[in-house]
Amino acid sequence: MTREVAIEQPILDLNDRLAADNRALLDKHKIYMLDVLASPGAGKTSLILATIAALRDRWRIAVIEGDIASDVDSQRIKEQGIPAVQINTGGACHLESAMIKRALDILNLNELDIIIVENVGNLVCPTDFYLGEDAKVMILSVPEGHDKPLKYPGVFQVAKAVLLNKIDTLNVFNFDERQFKEDVGRLNPQATIFPVVAAGEQGGKGITAWSQWLCAQIEQKSSGGGCSVRQ
Amino acid sequence: MHEFSLMQNVLTTVEKTANQSGARCVTEVRLAIGEMAEVVADAMQFAFEALTLGTICEGATLNIETVPTRSRCVQCGHEFTHDRYQWTCPKCASLATELISGREMYISSIEIEEKND
Repeated sequence: MTREVAIEQPILDLNDRLAADNRALLDKHKIYMLDVLASPGAGKTSLILATIAALRDRWRIAVIEGDIASDVDSQRIKEQGIPAVQINTGGACHLESAMIKRALDILNLNELDIIIVENVGNLVCPTDFYLGEDAKVMILSVPEGHDKPLKYPGVFQVAKAVLLNKIDTLNVFNFDERQFKEDVGRLNPQATIFPVVAAGEQGGKGITAWSQWLCAQIEQKSSGGGCSVRQ
Repeated sequence: MHEFSLMQNVLTTVEKTANQSGARCVTEVRLAIGEMAEVVADAMQFAFEALTLGTICEGATLNIETVPTRSRCVQCGHEFTHDRYQWTCPKCASLATELISGREMYISSIEIEEKND
């Protein structure tokens, strides 16, 4: 005789519970956590460095770096005098909330306003994993092509903001910005799109608008004070 | 490709439930996966077969039910089923819609054979 046993439990139940613990810990310290998703080479670290430059006078920032291997990214952050924790997933394609928990244990939460998480470069897997963040944002870089929202809709749908990086190369790659905005608008009508240049000769372009948006998000969570962004 | 890690999570829960229920073996595992979840059914099947070898679940059937994507219009309250790309309200054309279902990944139930059979 066989019988059915009901389970009715999320597959990622454990991850979600640990994420909720992370969130409660962050809420207690009034720390805003941002999860940054993008493909390898889209400019996640450069964008984070540009964001640090714009916000560091106003907010106390730390970065959690997720990579399959190496600590080159966290070294770049630490060179700026910003606390950074490197997580090496050892092959895993995304960060999970238990990894974030270990990183939070290392950081001094009493001295932070915002934690930026740089997820593993991947447009697929990280979208399903809640880490306890306040928001996910995603970066697409122009060389990847304007058709990416159609190919990877999931990541565009979970993002609260979409950054279009390397817009100084729009002409080189025949990137159709209008089509891109239309497709993102259809997938995620409520996401704000920020065209930016994170690094290089025109580095810093569009960063003010993005930083002001982020500032307002942090502001909502932190205990008030005016928002100033370094131009 | 995180299906192995997802399946590992599934099997941890399934094995625990099966043992608590006095199962001799598990004959079926039923999952409900949203259309919007980044999960490939074939990869889940492969992970299931690989990870169940030599366990209480070996030889069981994996049954994945796909949960359709549904949204509610914030403007007019209309609820509608849609694909991954069309999020606009079909009734009032509003762009302000919120997802009701389609991202979930659930273990629904299992079918077991009891020890005293």
